[in-house]
Amino acid sequence: MKRILVREEYCIGCKLCEINCVAAQVGSSNLIKIYRYVPELPEPNLIVEEDEYTTFAIQCRNCDDPMCLKACITGAMHRDSFTGAIRVDKERCVGCWMCVMACPIGVIKRTNDGKKAASKCELCVDRGTPACVENCPNEALVLIEVGE
Amino acid sequence: MRYVIVGSGPAGLSAIESIREVDRDNEVLLVTAEKYVGYSKPLITYLLGKMTEKSKMFYRTEEFLKENDVSILPETKITGLATEDKLLFAENGEKIEYDKLLIATGGRPFISEIEGLKGQDGIFTFTTWEDEEKVENYIKENKIEDAIVLGGGLIGLKTTEALMKLGLKVTIIELSDRILSVTFDRKASEIITRALKKEGCEVITGDTVVRVKGKKRISKITLKSGKEINTQLLIIAIGVKPNVEFLEDSGIDINRGIVVNEKMETSVNDVYAAGDCTEFLDLIDGQRKTIAIWPVAVSQGKVAGYNMVGKDSKYPGGIPMNSVELAGVPTVSVGHTNLIEENGFEVLTFENKDTYKKIVLKDNKIVGAILVNNIDRAGIYTGLILQRIDVSSFKNKLLDENFGFVYLPREFRKMMLEGDVKVWLE
Repeated sequence: MKRILVREEYCIGCKLCEINCVAAQVGSSNLIKIYRYVPELPEPNLIVEEDEYTTFAIQCRNCDDPMCLKACITGAMHRDSFTGAIRVDKERCVGCWMCVMACPIGVIKRTNDGKKAASKCELCVDRGTPACVENCPNEALVLIEVGE
Repeated sequence: MRYVIVGSGPAGLSAIESIREVDRDNEVLLVTAEKYVGYSKPLITYLLGKMTEKSKMFYRTEEFLKENDVSILPETKITGLATEDKLLFAENGEKIEYDKLLIATGGRPFISEIEGLKGQDGIFTFTTWEDEEKVENYIKENKIEDAIVLGGGLIGLKTTEALMKLGLKVTIIELSDRILSVTFDRKASEIITRALKKEGCEVITGDTVVRVKGKKRISKITLKSGKEINTQLLIIAIGVKPNVEFLEDSGIDINRGIVVNEKMETSVNDVYAAGDCTEFLDLIDGQRKTIAIWPVAVSQGKVAGYNMVGKDSKYPGGIPMNSVELAGVPTVSVGHTNLIEENGFEVLTFENKDTYKKIVLKDNKIVGAILVNNIDRAGIYTGLILQRIDVSSFKNKLLDENFGFVYLPREFRKMMLEGDVKVWLE
């Protein structure tokens, strides 16, 4: 199972992870075109936190025993049996926000583009490597293997 | 070896998951009074209000039950248990043997003393899919245009929302002086009441239904205050209680709910219990009580399942928490939120129009949080409550719009960001 390691001492707060997360969701790597031509961009599935000299990006920790899975009333939140990533089936999600309440990292977002649904980092499992990790210039985000 | 699970709610289903994680070979039998197996009860209001569809009601699907090799006895109501013989008795006369038993029968609605209830159509409780079907059909067949919902708790309000989505004019009647009095504080109740009224819902507090009139079908209710209201539909949602009556002569210790220990064992060998039918520790006040919420049921079921297969697992206790969006207002309530400063609690609040945040602290540890309208990152507070983190070094940041991990002690943050995240105290 994979997890993104956050190394705050290497983070320079450039937010390239944030825009590349958005780009990955749109399905392109051409940042300029995306930000110029895509009318309604999705929210990044990570949060860059800053205070004085401390800065880091934070996204789903892919917990061993995830609170979001325990809180989900629809079965939309599930662990992908192949990759081990926790994913949301947005079609099943009804937007009760139990996962938003339960996630101790606070990284599940509410979306409402026509349909209310939770949105979270799914480790870019359909893409391959997480876009945030790939585009971090200082290796503040690193993909690691955890557990069995 | 035969594992028998009574009840197909989240506690029963999560127990099945942990049993099968360890034991793929022995028989697992799921017995349930329900016609539909594996559906999510909280979704019935979404179904009634056409906010989801039938195919998405199953929180655990038929394939899940097949993959886990579960035998199922649906529509089988258990009426008795003989623990010396390890036998369950069903209403239909069937006898079911078990080696390890999990009771996960959940809660069931209770109904207050109301004159004239018997023999009237148009009066329903609303906790099962079958209730939903009955109400949906009744509304369709009789072209119902208005409804009374008795009880301003979460079930009552979610039902109200669904009925309003169907275009009905709804009146909520609540005995206490405000709706959601258990979950929220006065301020949060006010915001939600305002939002409901704005959408055309009437809210009557400090009153209750004492009499029902009608010829075969309800046509009028009388309130305690003497007020009469014409209606053809009454939903009774004043509360649920542990569904444990069938255990009365079983010898199993029952207080308000089934008494269990941290392994989810009851007072009788090889009988376990989990979910809304039990009572266990509230981590905040240390009292034994029933915390009838989904995540607690899942956690307890998981622990029960492991212990049934001999894998040692402990459940430390739980805290109340609810997330609910009403009349377009998302809300979260975690822990104990109705506590006041006079009793040694510290209360922090933030208010801006309809956005409201409240944090309740005791000895510099968060014991409760309310969020109305802006609920983003609410779970951070949940985590701080569960892990009993001392917040003195960042207390002044707790209500900040950008409150996050950056303000938390570095050591704790590093643990959460780099270590194995383990928050649920098991």
